[in-house]
Amino acid sequence: MKMFRIKGGIHPDERKDLAAGKAIETVPLPSLLRIPLQQHIGAPAVTVVEKGDEVKKGQVLASARGPVSAAIHAPTSGRISAIGRFVAPHPSGLPGQTITMRPDGKDEWGELPAPIEDPFAVEPDVIAERVAASGIVGMGGATFPSAVKLGLRNRNKLETLVINAAECEPYLTCDDRMMRERSEAVIDGIRILRHALGVERAIIAIEGNKPEALAALKAVCSANQFKDVLIARVPTRYPMGSEKHLVQTLTGKETPARALTADIGVVVHNVATCYAIREAVRFGRPLISRIVTVSGGAMKRTGNFEVPIGTPISHLIDHCDGFNKEPDRLLLGGPMMGQPIASTRTSIVKGSNGVLALCPDETPARQTMPCIRCASCVSACPCGLTPFEMAGHIRKEELDAAVKIGLLDCIACGSCAWVCPASIPLVQYFNYAKGKLTAQQRAKHKQEETKRLTQFREERMERQKRAKQEAMARMKAEREAKKKAEAEKKRAKQETIGA
Amino acid sequence: MIEAMAVLFGLGGALGGGLGLAAYYLRVEGNPIAEEIEGLLPGTNCGQCGYLGCSAAAEGLAKGEIGVAMCPPGGKTLASQLADKLGVEADLSGMKDKGPVTAFIFEDLCTGCTKCLKRCPTDAIVGASRQMHGVVDDACTGCEVCEEVCPTGAITMRPVTDTLMTWHWPKPDTGLAA
Amino acid sequence: MSDLVGGPHAHSGSSISRTMVLVLVALTPATLFGFYEFGWPAVFLFLVTVTAAIAAESFALALGGKPQKPFLLDGSAVVTGWIIAMTLPPWAPWWIGVVGSFIAIVLAKHAFGGLGQNVFNPAMIARTVLLISFPIEMTQFLTPQPMFTGGSPGFFEGLEITFAGHTAFDAVSSASLLGAIKTQLGLGVPVNEVVGGSLSLTAMALGIVPGSMGETSAVAILLGGILLLATRTITWHAPVAMIVTMAVLAGLFQAIDPGRYPGPAIHLVSGTFLFAAFFIATDYVTAPATGMGKLIFGAGVAALTFIIRTWAAYPEGIGFAILLMNAAVPLIDHYVRPRIYGRTRSGEPIRYEEI
Ligand code: SF4
Ligand code: SF4
Repeated sequence: MKMFRIKGGIHPDERKDLAAGKAIETVPLPSLLRIPLQQHIGAPAVTVVEKGDEVKKGQVLASARGPVSAAIHAPTSGRISAIGRFVAPHPSGLPGQTITMRPDGKDEWGELPAPIEDPFAVEPDVIAERVAASGIVGMGGATFPSAVKLGLRNRNKLETLVINAAECEPYLTCDDRMMRERSEAVIDGIRILRHALGVERAIIAIEGNKPEALAALKAVCSANQFKDVLIARVPTRYPMGSEKHLVQTLTGKETPARALTADIGVVVHNVATCYAIREAVRFGRPLISRIVTVSGGAMKRTGNFEVPIGTPISHLIDHCDGFNKEPDRLLLGGPMMGQPIASTRTSIVKGSNGVLALCPDETPARQTMPCIRCASCVSACPCGLTPFEMAGHIRKEELDAAVKIGLLDCIACGSCAWVCPASIPLVQYFNYAKGKLTAQQRAKHKQEETKRLTQFREERMERQKRAKQEAMARMKAEREAKKKAEAEKKRAKQETIGA
Repeated sequence: MIEAMAVLFGLGGALGGGLGLAAYYLRVEGNPIAEEIEGLLPGTNCGQCGYLGCSAAAEGLAKGEIGVAMCPPGGKTLASQLADKLGVEADLSGMKDKGPVTAFIFEDLCTGCTKCLKRCPTDAIVGASRQMHGVVDDACTGCEVCEEVCPTGAITMRPVTDTLMTWHWPKPDTGLAA
Repeated sequence: MSDLVGGPHAHSGSSISRTMVLVLVALTPATLFGFYEFGWPAVFLFLVTVTAAIAAESFALALGGKPQKPFLLDGSAVVTGWIIAMTLPPWAPWWIGVVGSFIAIVLAKHAFGGLGQNVFNPAMIARTVLLISFPIEMTQFLTPQPMFTGGSPGFFEGLEITFAGHTAFDAVSSASLLGAIKTQLGLGVPVNEVVGGSLSLTAMALGIVPGSMGETSAVAILLGGILLLATRTITWHAPVAMIVTMAVLAGLFQAIDPGRYPGPAIHLVSGTFLFAAFFIATDYVTAPATGMGKLIFGAGVAALTFIIRTWAAYPEGIGFAILLMNAAVPLIDHYVRPRIYGRTRSGEPIRYEEI
C-alpha cells in the first residue's frame, strides 16, 4: 500500500519492551471502585442510582446527558456506597462527581440488552444505538463518544474507516497485546464498525514496530478471506497516532484546519474501541473494563492488565508489587501526551491506556534555558508551527499574537518540547495559553450575562416603581373622591339641618 | 577614525532624536471613548467606585477623574485592561487583588430578611421572606453589596475556586529565560 | 513525586551544551591544522581569546545578575571565543583576542539580553570591529611556518610574539590571498597570473597559504562541516545556498571577463568563506528558523560577500555580509514561515472540491 509522508515528527525511545512481552492479565476486584461521571469529552453523565442501591454488573449507573455524552455502567455487582466529589484522574487533582461502589464479590451480570445475532444484517442505526447505550468512547485516550462518530454517516459522505492501531506513544502496549491475543474479535469488531458506518473498506494502521500484531491480524483476514479489511504497516514515527496525520499517511489528504477527518471522507476509530463495540453488539456488554499497560522504570512488575473501570490506581500498582523506587512522575497515559496524576487514589477510567511510573533517568528534568532559536522545534512540529515563536509570545502574555501564528492548530503532541535542547516546557506554554483563552472567553460571557441580568433587574425595578406610583395615584384619587363624597354628604346634611 | 566615530554618533543622535520627536508629535491621541470603557466594566452599577453606576464611572475614567484601580469587582485584571485602553502607565503592584469572589450565605445566621435580595444587582440571591437565602454562583459578580446590607453579618465573600471545568495549566516558570 | 510538571515526560536528551560540544569537536580539525601551520603564537593567541571569552561571559553574567553556572556550562561562550580566535591573524598580539572576546560577549551578546537574544553574530561583530579599529594588526598575515620546522618560532619565541608584540617576524608577514589578488588586480595584473604564481589552488584548498588561524584549510573546515551535518547539528540549507550562490555569481563574472574576476574555485576556498558557511551562517541565534529562510539567508550572504570582495574597498567582505543579513533575519522569519497543517500558505483552511 502506498504511504504518504507527513511533516515533522520524532523518534522517541520506545521502551515498549518493558511490557510488550506480557500477556493480558485480569486483576482481582478491588474493595472499592470509584467511578467518575466525567470520563469522556462532553457533558458529564447524570446518576440514575442512589446511595445504598444494590446494582448488578452492567447496570446503568449514570446516563448520558445531551448529544455529546456517554452512559456509565456498573463494572461489577455491589452496593453504591457514596455519590459525591472525589479527586479526579486529572492533573489538577481537583475533585469531580464520582460514584463509589463496594463490590459484593459475586460479579453477577444484570439484565443486558439482547445480543445482535447478525450485526451485518441489521440497519447501521441499530448498531449506533447499541454503541450509545453501552457508553463506548474513544479508547485511545481522546474519549470522544463513539456513537457520535458513528452518526457522522448522516452528515458526511464517508469512504474509509481507518482503525488507529499505531500506538505511537512510547511504553504503551495495550493495543498491541489486544491485537495479538484477541485478533479474531478485533477483526470482527472492525467489520461490524465498517458495516455500521456504511463504508466499503477499513484500513488498520499499525506501526512497523509491532510485527506480531500485524501477523496475527493478517492471519485472521487471510484465513477468513475478508476483503473489506486492509492492514497497513505505517512508519514508526511519533505522532503517527494523531488522527489527521494517520489519515494523511494513508490517503495523502490533509484534513483542513478546524475540520474533521470525516470532511474528507474518513472516520478514525481506535482498535480497543472496535473491540468494545463488538462486545456491546455481539453480547450486549457495556464498556466496563479496559486494558491498561502498567510500565515504567519505577515499577517492580510491568504488564498489561484488564481492569474494571473505576479501579483505584493504587490497587493496580499494588497488584504489580508496588514501586522499586520512588517514581519521579506518575502518569496516566503515555509519556508524550499522558497527564500526571496527583494521587494514586484516583481511578482508571475509560480513556486510561497506561499507568506509568517513571524514574528520573527516564524523564530527564533539566534546567530550562533561554531559547537559542535552534529551530529543532520547527522541524519537529508535525503541524507546521513555529513553537519557539508561539512560546515567546505567550511568555510575554501576547496570547492573540500566538493565536495568529497558529496556537489553536497545535495538537499538543509534545514533539517540539521533546527535541528542545533548552528544555523549554513548550507544551505547557501552549496549554496555559489555550486554557487562559477559554477562561477569558468564559469571563466575557459572564460579563455579558451580568449586564443582561442587571438590565433585566433595572427594568423590573422600573416597572415596580411605576406600578407603585400608579397604585399610589389611584389610592390618592380614591381618597380624594371619598373625601369629596363625604364633604358633599356633610354639606347635604348641613343643608338639611339648616332647612 | 575619530571622524568616523563622530559621524556615527552624530547619525545615531540625529536618528534617535528624530524618533523621539516623531513619537512626541505624531503620538496617536488617546481616544478614551467612555462607551468603550464602559464595555469593560462589570456593568453591575454596584457603586463601590463612588460613582452612581458603571457608565458614570466610565465617564469619570475617560476624564481622568479616577485612576484605573477603581473597581474592586474587576480587580487587577480590569485595571490593567483599563490602563491599556487609556494608554496610561499604572503601577498595579500595590493593588490588592483578591481574585474573583462570590457571596456565600451562612445558613445559621440568615434570618430571611430579604434585604440582600432586593439589593443584588444581578438577582443572584434567591429566596423569600423569612426563608433562608441562597446564592447563584454563576450570576454573582462578587460586588459585595449584599455583604454590606446584611443585618446579621450572614454574608461573606469567598474566593472562587477552580473546578475541573475551569482549571487550566499554570504558566510555566520562565527558568533562566530573560 | 515532584510538583506538577507538564508534558511531555520524555526528552530527546539534547541540550545546549551538547550542541556546543559538537560544534567544538567540528572546529577541532581546522584548529589543529592552524596550530600546526602557524606554531606556538597561534596556540597562545587561541588560549588567550577563549579564556577572555569565558571571563567576559562571567563578567557580563555578574553584571546582569544572572546565575553563573548554567550559562558558563552551556559552552556558548567557549564557542564564541573559539570562533573569534579562528578568524584572527595567527600572530596577532594577545590584546586583539581579549578585546575581540569582550566586544563579542559583552556588547554583541549580553547587551542584547544574553544567550539567544542577540541579533548579530557576536564573533562577526568582534571581527568587524577589530578590522575597522585595528586594520594593521588585523591584516598582518604570514606565510605558514609549520610547527617544528626551521621557520617556526619556539615556545618562548612564541610567547614573545603573542605577548610582547615582537616584530622580528615581520619579515615573514604577507597579505592574505584575497588581499593579494585585490592589490595585484589594482596594479593591473590579470587574475590567472596572480593565482598561478605563489598561490596554487591546491595550496589554498589544503590551507598552506597566508590567512587567519583557522580558516585557511578548506579540507579541515569541510571535515568539521560534514560532522555537523552528520550529527544534525546544522542543516544543509545555509551552507549549500552560500556555496551555490557564490559559485554561480563567480562563474558568471568570470565568464564575462576572466582577466578581472577570479573564478568560483578561488572564491570558495579562499578567505573565510567556507568557514563562515559552516560555522557562522549556521549560528542558530542569528539565522532564520525555517529551511527556506536559511536558503535565502545563505544566498544573501554569498551575494553580498561577492559584491564586497569584488567592488568594495575590503578584500574580504564576509563579516559585513553576515551582519547585514543578520539584520534581515527578523524580516525573513516574519515572511517565510512553514505552512500550517490543514491550511494554505495564506493561512486559510484548505478547501477541497465538494466530494
Ligand atoms: S505540541 Fe503543538 S507546536 Fe509542539 S510539535 Fe506538537 S503540534 Fe507542534
Ligand atoms: S527547540 Fe527549543 S531552543 Fe530550539 S528553537 Fe525551539 S524552543 Fe528554541
